[in-house]
Amino acid sequence: MNQLDMTLLIILSIIVPVVGGIIVSRLGKHINIREAATLITALALFVINLLIYVNLDLSHENAVASSRFVFAEPIEGLAIAFSATAFGSLFAIIASGLWIATSIYAIGYMRGHHEKHQTRFYVLFAIAIAGVMAVAYSDNLFTLFLFYEILTVSTYPLVTHSGNREARKGGKTYILILMGSSILFFLPAMIIVWFVSGTLSFQEGGILAGNLDAIWAAPLLALFLFGISKAGLMPLHKWLPSAMVAPTPVSALLHAVAVVKAGVFSVMKIVVFIFGTDFITESNANHWLIWLPLITIVVASFIALRKDNLKERLAYSTVSQLSYIILGALLANEAGILGGTMHIAMHAFAKISLFFAAGAILVATHKKYVSQLSGLGRTMPFTFTVFTIGTLSIIGLPFFGGMWSKWYLLSGSLSFQGPEFTYWAILTGLAISSILNTYYLLSIPMTAFFNKADNDSSNASQHASGIKEAPVACLIGMAIPTCITVYLFFDPQLFYRLAATLNQF
Amino acid sequence: MEQLTILLIVIPLMCAPITALIPSEKITWALTLIVSLISLAISFYILYEVIDGKHVIYELGGWRPPWGIEYKIDSLNAFVAVIVSGISALACLFAYRSVPSEIDKKTIPLFYAAFQLCLLGLLGISLTGDIFNLFVFLEISSLATYALISMGKHRKALTAAFSYLILGTIGATFFLIGVGFLFAASGSLNTADIASRFSSFEDMQLVETALIFMVMGIALKAAIFPLHSWLPNAYGQAPSAVSVFLSATATKVSIYVLLRILFDLYPVEYWVDMLLPQIMLSLGCAAVIYGSYRAWQQVEMKRLLAFSSVAQIGYMVIGLSMLNELGLIASIIHLFNHAVIKATLFIGAGILLYRANTTQLKSLRGLGKDMPWTFAAIALAGLSLIGVPGTVGFVTKWYLLEAAVEKGLWIVVATIVVGSVLAIAYVWKIVENLYFRSKRKIHIHDVSSGDDGVAKAPKTMTMALWIGAIMCIIFGLNTELSFQAASSAATALLER
Repeated sequence: MNQLDMTLLIILSIIVPVVGGIIVSRLGKHINIREAATLITALALFVINLLIYVNLDLSHENAVASSRFVFAEPIEGLAIAFSATAFGSLFAIIASGLWIATSIYAIGYMRGHHEKHQTRFYVLFAIAIAGVMAVAYSDNLFTLFLFYEILTVSTYPLVTHSGNREARKGGKTYILILMGSSILFFLPAMIIVWFVSGTLSFQEGGILAGNLDAIWAAPLLALFLFGISKAGLMPLHKWLPSAMVAPTPVSALLHAVAVVKAGVFSVMKIVVFIFGTDFITESNANHWLIWLPLITIVVASFIALRKDNLKERLAYSTVSQLSYIILGALLANEAGILGGTMHIAMHAFAKISLFFAAGAILVATHKKYVSQLSGLGRTMPFTFTVFTIGTLSIIGLPFFGGMWSKWYLLSGSLSFQGPEFTYWAILTGLAISSILNTYYLLSIPMTAFFNKADNDSSNASQHASGIKEAPVACLIGMAIPTCITVYLFFDPQLFYRLAATLNQF
Repeated sequence: MEQLTILLIVIPLMCAPITALIPSEKITWALTLIVSLISLAISFYILYEVIDGKHVIYELGGWRPPWGIEYKIDSLNAFVAVIVSGISALACLFAYRSVPSEIDKKTIPLFYAAFQLCLLGLLGISLTGDIFNLFVFLEISSLATYALISMGKHRKALTAAFSYLILGTIGATFFLIGVGFLFAASGSLNTADIASRFSSFEDMQLVETALIFMVMGIALKAAIFPLHSWLPNAYGQAPSAVSVFLSATATKVSIYVLLRILFDLYPVEYWVDMLLPQIMLSLGCAAVIYGSYRAWQQVEMKRLLAFSSVAQIGYMVIGLSMLNELGLIASIIHLFNHAVIKATLFIGAGILLYRANTTQLKSLRGLGKDMPWTFAAIALAGLSLIGVPGTVGFVTKWYLLEAAVEKGLWIVVATIVVGSVLAIAYVWKIVENLYFRSKRKIHIHDVSSGDDGVAKAPKTMTMALWIGAIMCIIFGLNTELSFQAASSAATALLER
């Protein structure tokens, strides 16, 4: 396929969800056609992303100049441009693929939960996905930043979807933290990069080496890490639990996959293509910065333990897991980068299963709290099986995709070149976190399956009160990512190939 | 071609008295809109002629300069003329429904007549190459402005107009004294003529005095900190359409005059050692911080926007006092960018005023949820004011930053950062009150009449608002036109 078509595909990947959104917005009266339109859009987008993947030249990460699509160039050298890269393709495939699952799931959830303003919901969802695609295919840091912000703004109305007091409060925290940190830290960091190196394009081996004094590497990287608060690094993680007031499909796709992964995706891009792993290891920038994700991993796990609200517990688990990816990036060695990148994929499939299960429980029983779930496993076996599989994958046990990313992350940690104390701290932190993972996640299906219902209502009476599995659409939506999680254990090649290209330089 | 230049002056000059005589509000409005649109078309045409560095010269009445008045149009003149006439058209579109709701029916024709005179004055300032002629146009526009402001809804408008009258007259007088001194020294009023013979009389003390008088006078008109005190009251109390027009053009044109005085009339080498750049730079920085801080403290939207104007003028002053090309580009491009942003925001405030009959932020709470489109446009313009990438505000701040880094002026960098953070704070204040605060019932005495019109923003207003908001984005992405105009203007200014 020639280059023109590649450019066309990239443009399509951003346009298609927008057009889909516009069509959906006109179909408010015909809900079945509306849902069909969403599904077709999602499928079309997935196919487009697959086509991009197929035509990708994996021998070099940063695409040939001719496939670049320059949308506008407000200031000379500072363009809004897009190009297809292996890493971007990985992210786009995950997001668009899971959009299909989420759309199916959402049909069941939104109807089952009697949500209002469903048309608005689907339209905004499509637009948010367009933002994710733009982030994935952004050609330089400036474009990335721009669509990072647009993603924040376009997901805000989804967070406040229900429009009640709690939702507005959550939304305010959401937008204040995300916007505020990006303007206070991310933007200045970007400007510094521009003035230091005269460019913002992603280049193999980074653009800072040789331009920036090694002493300033760590502070600059810290600015980026705090500026990209979508990656959920503590103490700027509070927006994520706040965003849990959104409907479950939003929490599932956007706040476990698309938005948060856009954050870690940006971190990874910056580490590899702005700083360059060599520059980071040479300047020792990661020696103390690696403590930030490490502390987040452990502390977030502890907080997750104490959360009774199921979705909030999952949110803190996400915070903790995101830091695995940042940790991988900051290890700045081959296995670390590989593990971090693969974890973007593995965590996505596992965590979305967990959220889908949580949403299914909410739809079927209106129960939000972990302590209410005793005995439910027997009435909702499918849902809790999904939950168990997701949990096991997140812990990183064999037969589930999550094992591979943890494997590489661990081997990356083992080859960490730095102070002895930090080295052992990383290993200990990972060990503690794994144990906590097991405890706070696995305890949920355990109670559901093995505990008796806590009050006097027996199984029989629960059947009588009409609790059964969630709507079929939900179940189909849940089954897809769960199956992929298992499949990825046996064949992680797709993501491995894409992730491995990051290490060629 | 040359004849078109003078049409920009003649058309509003002829139409204004006719407008005053027509009793119908619709016809006077249409006439004003047509005049603005024709001016816009002509200025655009001229801009395209001169954008690559050419000149268009028109000699008034066929008298040869330096005896006669000469209009010598370069890229900067045409650019400012485009801004003025474009904003005038936008304000006019907005005025269609806004003016009848704020101004007594009988005075509407007079209002539009004054509006056209103001347009005439501002266009004249931006075109003329003769400093006394410039003074005349300055007075025409100022007198029209005093009348326009005094037509505001509340009685406070009268005091605001009066204090502006006093200060504006002082400013104009200073300027006239300066012109007089310079005439005494040089014997000429033609800018190009004075500049070309400058070395023959530059030793005279009078020349220096003239510069100081002129700069002081025009600084007052441009509301450069600390001479800005008239501005918040004047813009806050004026009828909405007037706020839109003036906030976007009047001070910009004064900044343009300042550029002409400092870079065209006087050679840069003459005043560069007089501490003038340092003084202007520090005043600019102070204006940014002070203006933004005061804006943050305001509880009324139009006053908040007015104080933000003080800050934005500060950015322009910083740009021109850095004396490098990038700084000048930033200043000139900001003339345009800020005009678009502020016009949009004042249109937004005007719509809120039309709807709720007040612009007290406290009373506007929750209104954004009833008017999501209006709110979205205001938010977009607010983001431009902050300088978010992808909007016009970003372009300016970027060039300003580059200019400051080039000169190694870290104080400017710090000012821009602090100014932007404060801008976030005051824009957030608007957004928070409009959208995030829970709704407060609009009191019955706040609504002027019980009719249904209040429940909806009129189409013309919404159109004007969205034209502005979309321009904020388009010219933030496609900077070709504004950048080309600004850079050729900056080169022309520095070449001299």
